[in-house]
Amino acid sequence: MTDVIAPPVETHEPTELHLPPEVPGDGHEPDHGGHEAHGPTGILKWLTSTDHKVIGLSYMITSIVIFYLSGITALILRLQLTSPHSSLLSFGQYNALFTMHGSLMLYLFAGPFAFGGLANYIVPLQIGAPDMAFPRLNALSYWLYLTGSITMLMTIFVAGGAAQFGWVAYAPLSSATSSPGAGPDLWIMALALTGFSAIFTGVNLCGTIFYLRAPGMTMFRMPIFTWNMLVTGILILIAFPVLTAALIMLFADRHFGTHIYTAVGCHLVNGLPMRSCGSPLLWQNLFWFFGHPEVYILALPFFGIVTEVLPVFSKKPVFGYKGMVFATMAIAALSTGVWAHHMFTTGAVLLPFFSFLSLLIAVPTGIKFFNWIGTMWHGQLQFTTPMLFCLGFLFAFLMGGVTGIMLASPPIDFATHDTYFVVAHFHQVLFGTAVFAGFGGVYYWYPKMFGRMLRESLGKWHFWLMFIGFWITFMPQYVVGLLGMPRRVASYPSNLGWQSYNIVSTVGAFIIAASFAFLLVNFVVSWRKPIPAGDNPWDAQTLEWATTSPPPHHNFTHLPPIRSERPTWDYNHPDALTVPHGKGAHNGHANGSGNGSGNGRVKETV
Amino acid sequence: MDSSLTGPPPDTPEIPARSRKSPRRLAAGAVALGALLLTGCQLPTFGAYKGATTQARSTFHLWQGFFIAGIVVGGITLLLILWAVFRYRRRSDEMPVQTQYHTLTEITYTVVPILIVLGLFVATVLVENKVTAVEPDPATSLHVYAFQWGWEFEYPNGVKVIGQTTDAPTMVIPTGQTVRIYLRSYDVLHGFYVPEFNFSRYASPGYWTSFDFNVLHDGVYRGQCTQLCGLYHSLMFFNVRSVSPSAYATWLRVTGAYQRAHPNSIGQLPADLHANQNGTVPSYSGNSGNSGNSGSGNTGNTGGALYGD
Repeated sequence: MTDVIAPPVETHEPTELHLPPEVPGDGHEPDHGGHEAHGPTGILKWLTSTDHKVIGLSYMITSIVIFYLSGITALILRLQLTSPHSSLLSFGQYNALFTMHGSLMLYLFAGPFAFGGLANYIVPLQIGAPDMAFPRLNALSYWLYLTGSITMLMTIFVAGGAAQFGWVAYAPLSSATSSPGAGPDLWIMALALTGFSAIFTGVNLCGTIFYLRAPGMTMFRMPIFTWNMLVTGILILIAFPVLTAALIMLFADRHFGTHIYTAVGCHLVNGLPMRSCGSPLLWQNLFWFFGHPEVYILALPFFGIVTEVLPVFSKKPVFGYKGMVFATMAIAALSTGVWAHHMFTTGAVLLPFFSFLSLLIAVPTGIKFFNWIGTMWHGQLQFTTPMLFCLGFLFAFLMGGVTGIMLASPPIDFATHDTYFVVAHFHQVLFGTAVFAGFGGVYYWYPKMFGRMLRESLGKWHFWLMFIGFWITFMPQYVVGLLGMPRRVASYPSNLGWQSYNIVSTVGAFIIAASFAFLLVNFVVSWRKPIPAGDNPWDAQTLEWATTSPPPHHNFTHLPPIRSERPTWDYNHPDALTVPHGKGAHNGHANGSGNGSGNGRVKETV
Repeated sequence: MDSSLTGPPPDTPEIPARSRKSPRRLAAGAVALGALLLTGCQLPTFGAYKGATTQARSTFHLWQGFFIAGIVVGGITLLLILWAVFRYRRRSDEMPVQTQYHTLTEITYTVVPILIVLGLFVATVLVENKVTAVEPDPATSLHVYAFQWGWEFEYPNGVKVIGQTTDAPTMVIPTGQTVRIYLRSYDVLHGFYVPEFNFSRYASPGYWTSFDFNVLHDGVYRGQCTQLCGLYHSLMFFNVRSVSPSAYATWLRVTGAYQRAHPNSIGQLPADLHANQNGTVPSYSGNSGNSGNSGSGNTGNTGGALYGD
């Protein structure tokens, strides 16, 4: 029994890990379906699989490829801005490129990476389920996502080029008149495809979490990552259908002569408004009714990753577990009522209402912050690569959050809207979540997925270069934004002192890019010279670490008893159970479940 | 670093202005001591423009309050993180106490942020009401139309100023008086943004939006479109030139007479009437911006087609 769950190990020294004998260490490709006796292998397995682990990996690999492509677009954009009137790109190319950058990052990387990739792989393992609730729907999600991604990328090859209206596609700039051609149409198609993919994944996540939890895995014993993915799934079901509907109406405007978002012509009939004209504002309302929950669809999964990693490397339980859950729910609820804070400068929204709800989101977010700090408090912190990435997230998200509070105040938003101040803000937030926490999750779960470790030294190079590059890139953008530099400009006046900030920012972007070379090298090294990971190299706490690495086809042959939200920890450390609610600073028995230390080592057969 | 870049030098000391602002005191009251320690007697601008209009000044003071609140709250959080990281780094194999809840702490860090948010919200609403207030009887009002890729300013007496991309138009307005802007777009969304006014507003097709401002000092203030509007979004500049009310009245009268005498010149002004005469006004690609030959015929035609009279 004891060989199933590895004992705690020294960090930084993966070579000293306890190695269960069944883990492959010979350099052959790890057998993802190790216990799968039948079925296709090789490429056919990847094409036909409905296994959540295979689909999750497909999602992650695809989205990381898209992340690298989108990063390259960012570098080209930054190069353009190093001089005020650069001839590197034409205006049209620049507009197309930042549209591609935003669309790839927001629609095709951050979300699918989180809820299609990590969640797909991890959630069933964390709740002791054999697979997702609807495996075929899961496969359909991935193929829709891949199709949508290819469609999006292919738009650069069509006549007239890719869409140039930004990732928000504001009407009426996205109309057939202002943005003719097949590029924008395919952009709409790509989003419709990936939108359905997201909706199906949302259904799957909710179904899995509600119905496939293992015996003993009550709702309030679920890991926070799973909790956050449940809330994310619900938010997906709220937000993405709105986007899809809005896109269909946009398509109708472009091709079927409807005037849902078009007001052109309204004021031209004898100088009087026509009675029946559409509303460009409607697009903004619909888009942001999707778009702001989407921001939290992109954030909550990564909050979940941080909440998994910090306790493990602090050797403590999550501080304020229930507060964390309710904070997640509060963020989700509030996120459906703040969309118009993207529209303060339209002059057509009720400022105090949206301002108040936007400010209020700071409260549950602050609770999360203090819970994270409380988790580390009095812990034994080990600065492994995943831990460093999650600490990097804390710093980045703190900065992005503070400037977000400023932007929730309409007068300050009036002064900074659509300037680089906002660009810096949302990059710090999204980079903090999707990149710092996201790749922290990659470093954290890679051993579980492939049964081999990533190199700590390369990981730390990656982290420190990225951390330094992050601040060099985005801090100057705040300053130049306050000086009045608008976003989405391909050139800018040369006599306003903006150039030096832009050069610094570009240098930072290339440092970030360099850091990501270390990730690729790390993957290659781990593949060429594998260091076996064992089942639980981090002495982690949740259920996914109780099975083999990589897990067998149906995930578990045995489950430890689930009597708290960290069954693997309880099993490995029966003498260090969670201190019951209240005071009592002594190690004691947890949660009144009555299992003694000996009892805790009895495994339940599935 | 930034004070040299933030517009006209302030004559008025900040402290009296600040003490008039109860919202800022609400937002910043608890942290005034820290701010004084940081900055001596006068609050820094924190990188923002002090504001060239009365409305912009209010926004600027709100910005200062938010910035200080951000420094304090963010700073405390940062210190807590750093303390945890350095103090509780792994020193032994001893198992930490497995604490999961501490009710009093949790209530504290729920209630305190709520109070801070309430304070910030009150300050926001007070300033927002000033910034968005419209006077019943403004001294002058302009209709501003944005189009791809330029601006058209229409004055009460029919004077029109039109310019686009390389020939940025200049809006002449009276200093110290309330100026009402009615804003609209002919085609796609645009953003009317004057950095030193600390203000931007979308120009949208389909509906009018309006706002007031009172410029404090004579001067030329650069403006630019901030909302992506297509190919030449980067080049959609304009200027706001604020002059004394008498100079404004003269300019309006002379320009009106000129445009009545030259009905085909709509929107285009000769060099001596072209208000863009201040060398500090930036323009695209080295054009000084006051070139007399400002006539790409398209501009006039656009205006003429829409206003054919």
